[in-house]
Amino acid sequence: MSADANTGGDRPILEVRGLVKHFPIGSGLALRRQSGVIRAVDDVSFELRRGETMGLVGESGCGKSTVARTLLRLEEPTAGEALFHGHDIFTASEAELKEMRRRIQVIFQDPYASLNPRMRVEDIIGEPWVIHPDLVPRSERPARVRELLESVGLRGEHADRYPHEFSGGQRQRIGIARAMALNPEVLICDEPVSALDVSVQAQVVNLLEEIQERFGIAYIFIAHDLSVVRHMSHRVAVMYLGRIVEIGDEEQVYNRPRHPYTKALLSAEPSLDFSGARKRKRIILEGEVPSPANPPSGCRFRNRCWKVQDICAGAPPALDEASELGHRAACYFPEESEATG
Amino acid sequence: MTDGAAPLLEVTDLQVEFRTGREIVHAVNGAGFRVVAGETAAVLGESGSGKSVSASAIMRLLQSPPAFVTGGEIRFKGEDVLAMPIHQWRRLCGQEIAMVFQDALASLNPVFSVGWQIAEQFRAHGAHSGGEADARAIDLLARVGIPDPANRAKDYPHQFSGGMRQRVMIAMAIALGPDLLIADEPTTALDVTVQAQIMELLEDLREETGMAIVLITHDLGVVADVADQVAVMYAGRVVESGRVRDVLGRPAHPYTLALLDSVPQALGKGQKLRPIVGSPPDMARIPQGCAFHPRCRFATDQCRAEAPSPVAVVPGRLAECHHAEAVFNER
Repeated sequence: MSADANTGGDRPILEVRGLVKHFPIGSGLALRRQSGVIRAVDDVSFELRRGETMGLVGESGCGKSTVARTLLRLEEPTAGEALFHGHDIFTASEAELKEMRRRIQVIFQDPYASLNPRMRVEDIIGEPWVIHPDLVPRSERPARVRELLESVGLRGEHADRYPHEFSGGQRQRIGIARAMALNPEVLICDEPVSALDVSVQAQVVNLLEEIQERFGIAYIFIAHDLSVVRHMSHRVAVMYLGRIVEIGDEEQVYNRPRHPYTKALLSAEPSLDFSGARKRKRIILEGEVPSPANPPSGCRFRNRCWKVQDICAGAPPALDEASELGHRAACYFPEESEATG
Repeated sequence: MTDGAAPLLEVTDLQVEFRTGREIVHAVNGAGFRVVAGETAAVLGESGSGKSVSASAIMRLLQSPPAFVTGGEIRFKGEDVLAMPIHQWRRLCGQEIAMVFQDALASLNPVFSVGWQIAEQFRAHGAHSGGEADARAIDLLARVGIPDPANRAKDYPHQFSGGMRQRVMIAMAIALGPDLLIADEPTTALDVTVQAQIMELLEDLREETGMAIVLITHDLGVVADVADQVAVMYAGRVVESGRVRDVLGRPAHPYTLALLDSVPQALGKGQKLRPIVGSPPDMARIPQGCAFHPRCRFATDQCRAEAPSPVAVVPGRLAECHHAEAVFNER
């Protein structure tokens, strides 16, 4: 049913272990006096298998985009490792990193900011081959660009145009074609459809699914839209204040959430279901997400949690496995196999 | 829509265009909807559908030029809003009709405390002055759920989070007890748990005060959750309207149907999304006939030639489509 079944014995292509990213909060010139840290990502671990989509959900500031940026080494991690086919991305040399970046590509949220307005589409999509010239011989590049354009649902003649001539959805397609130019194994999608209108969003979601089916690319799919993540993902990790609070198969996390935050998050999502199931209980959380510069001790959700007890302020709860394989939640009082879907 | 009761707000055949140097953008092309006292009416549409321009036209906030209201009527409590002298309209604004915007940070003045800005409502309308106005502002902050309101009233907008700023905006809007609140994408910039808090606040306030709400949004889920009535906009027209449960439960316009097919919430797991082909039209070059026909799977020659008139598929339900019956019977 899930990707785990298909790829059961495979070794993960990407293993993230204990990833930590703290940003210093400085005062004075050039941050010389450090007055604290923003704990953007704290001890995040997950695995990604071939052809699988790992969804990362959570609200603004939970650290999901920072995870993506450290995996690309756009940010240097504070601690942890990320093994790509067994080789640590974080300690890779320049040359190794160049090769890894060919195989791990990214698409961004804002299709307006991520394309150079002064470059023609042909040059935008072909630019990765300037850095990796061996991949496609120069003489074949124009044809390959057109092939890529067609594979993302645009037309070959679009190659001569500039980004401003395209709509948001079309620009996102150009961004996808550029990422595909290097035949990656992993595509990190950082809020790829959040800036798009509903009708256009569905086109891009379907395109990403088709590409995955055709080329077996694994996705790390980051979004705040719970239903889009559910639709795209085989496995899902829910993040809160820099930590994964729950991780499991899409169906486990959405139908049988174990962490109170996951329950609250899912219940807050507006529903389109007009049948009897619609009148489910909505959990309205009190207050707001605390500052990542000064998160609560122990469980970071404890000051907003309705199940909180003294133990929650002590050691942070570990991600524990439940009766179901692969479904883990970091909570001292998790929900046990209660169906809410 | 709801029979009998005289509408609080009635928009009929509204037309707004923007004249730029080179072209005319027809942002609203004959939109019509009505709002009954105490109800939440949603105006649902994607970017460029004309929903926010309609709201601004109702509030007389459009800057002219470039915007011109070229036709139609807006009646609030039976009075013609567009024909009213501006000083008379300004008196109504705030007292009887108020608005909250998507971007609360841009809508609040950064150099005054939020308490001062809320109290300004009372001062401007001569309702209360000085200390009394300040005290009322603190009451309002408490009512919209801001903790420690007496101290927070002295803070400036940048010291509030996004959700709290939206609460401040709502406090300002409800200060004088309006009968109608127009909320233009009030939760679009907010996280889902904060969105749930704000929508609950609006719902509570509506129940307490009996004010009506016009909710402008692109989010089908929000409409389904909180609205009583919905008007679906496409290319500057209301293409379908009726009770939310009926419209979203069994659409009679292909655009509404297609919207539902393109969001994962409405589908079972494993079902493929059915996106709408193409992109929304360029509002300076709206297609002939039915504006939706280039993207519509029901389109026929008739749709390409003539614009459809509203069809009442069942009483209280209107759909502007030549094939409304067929669409209605598809589900």
